[in-house]
Amino acid sequence: MKTVTLSAAFMPLVDAAPLIMAQEMGFAESEGVALDLVAAPSWSSVRDMLAFGRVDAAHLLSPVPVAMAMGLGGVATEISAVSVLSVNGNVIGVGRELEERLRTRGFGFDFADPVAAAEALAAVRSGPITFGVPFPFSMHVELLRYWGAATALGDEGIVIRTVPPPLMASALAAGEVDAFCVGEPWGSVAVDEGAGALLLPGKAIWEFAPEKVLAVRRDWAETEPNLLGRLMRAVWRAGRWLSNPESRTTAGEILSRAQYLDVPSELIDRALSGHLTVSGRGEQRQVEGFLEFHRGAATFPWRSQAKWIAGQMARSHGLDLAAMPGDLAAAFRSDLYRRHLSGTSNDLPGASEKVEGAIRHETPVASAQGRLSLRPDRFFDGRIFDPNEAG
Amino acid sequence: MNGTLTVVVVEEDRDRAIAIVDALKSATECDVHIIGNSSGLARKIAAHAPDIVLIDIDNPTRDMMEELTLASGPLERPVAMFVSGAAGGLAQTAIEAGVSAYVVDGLSPERIKPVMDTAIARFTMVRQMRNELAETRRALEERKVIDRAKGLLMKAKGIDEDAAYALLRRTAMDQGRRVADVAEALVTASGLLK
Repeated sequence: MKTVTLSAAFMPLVDAAPLIMAQEMGFAESEGVALDLVAAPSWSSVRDMLAFGRVDAAHLLSPVPVAMAMGLGGVATEISAVSVLSVNGNVIGVGRELEERLRTRGFGFDFADPVAAAEALAAVRSGPITFGVPFPFSMHVELLRYWGAATALGDEGIVIRTVPPPLMASALAAGEVDAFCVGEPWGSVAVDEGAGALLLPGKAIWEFAPEKVLAVRRDWAETEPNLLGRLMRAVWRAGRWLSNPESRTTAGEILSRAQYLDVPSELIDRALSGHLTVSGRGEQRQVEGFLEFHRGAATFPWRSQAKWIAGQMARSHGLDLAAMPGDLAAAFRSDLYRRHLSGTSNDLPGASEKVEGAIRHETPVASAQGRLSLRPDRFFDGRIFDPNEAG
Repeated sequence: MNGTLTVVVVEEDRDRAIAIVDALKSATECDVHIIGNSSGLARKIAAHAPDIVLIDIDNPTRDMMEELTLASGPLERPVAMFVSGAAGGLAQTAIEAGVSAYVVDGLSPERIKPVMDTAIARFTMVRQMRNELAETRRALEERKVIDRAKGLLMKAKGIDEDAAYALLRRTAMDQGRRVADVAEALVTASGLLK
């Protein structure tokens, strides 16, 4: 097989690992692909590089392809999420001032209970709380809004501002934001810089939230099916490798290199192990399934996930989903996932949609090889999202 | 939309910002404002009510501008990322040159083009200068490492400078590596053995 070079843009984050490991651990090579990995300075830059053909594939925030299909944001190229790169992995944190006020109130920073955390925040705030997030179309925004709307914080109690994570510490210090929701390693960086403390893992709000996707242009997926299949298989194998605890040390070392994340591997290991340091006092918390790359069909792009995202975004931007042309869930390409990953040992689920939030315990489901179990995907308030009832 | 265009340039480096402003003013008729500090970026930009916003594609604060595309208040004007289509391949050229532009909705391509052409030319120049600077810096760094490696070899083996360099070069050729990489390895290793 002739080696073909594919370029892929990524943001320097722990959850870019499947793309990076596909190249570094030889999964791409065994598919005859060499990945030219381009570190991007911003999410808009990742999106534009992909949309305008500067790169073939990208590590992208899961809501971006859906937002683009809805006409939100500046660029309208059709982008397909062909697989999910990572599930969960965000953290919500507060700046020093809120941390002090919460401590004075006796809050224990359990890093687990979103209802208690919201009540404590609501009790100590002096007005709406401004949260810094990396991008307006992101799981960070959707988790914060969902959490705010269903707790003592309230819809109006949360203001969301875009702040690039490297600038979050200075934005906190300048009082431009009071709190933040970011992906790792930025939460741990904030803790180590003494900028604040971690309040909740994203997982505490939605237990199985698709965080980043492997994205390509829709027309590229159609004209290059062979290359796409090779890329998808390499990335899927990298995710499976990453889910093995024995891979952690190697993965952390490679990700810490200057051309990737350029932060100490110890910081990266916190996200990979789910063993996080939540405050400057060194308090440690263990989160099972903090960041998933493989287990429980993590990489399957469920159409129901896209529908949930579309519904949330339509609500916050005042759009009427029913009036939107086309099938928004089609931005998540479960069809391409099936086509290109059916020849592997990957066990494909029988359905392409599920009732989100309904799985309370690890549950065996109908699948091609009959070995697939899905992991809990509850929303913290116990609500469920039925994709067939959504507009 | 008639009258003079208002352009905002987001650029931290003062000299570079001035160069871009000068180029824009001499080539087109427009009011140009510079925003140097990223704090409260979206708010500051909105205060100028610009027709076009120009920002370096490598600037991480670019993501803050995405909020502008969502502006929905009565006094706010929607800003769209400057896309191909109406204005042909300009957007692509712009991205290659390293500039991203946000353009207010409804502005005609004929009015955008001169501003973009100028910005693209200027950003290409800036990018080239930056690359050259980085290249020079790297060459200097490598030179320093090679000098240190030569010094180590001269001391350890009692050879002169030319012989030390020849040894480095031969090793590099044998191993199919760059002289600077071999020198770097030697300096690191000797640091460990101290």
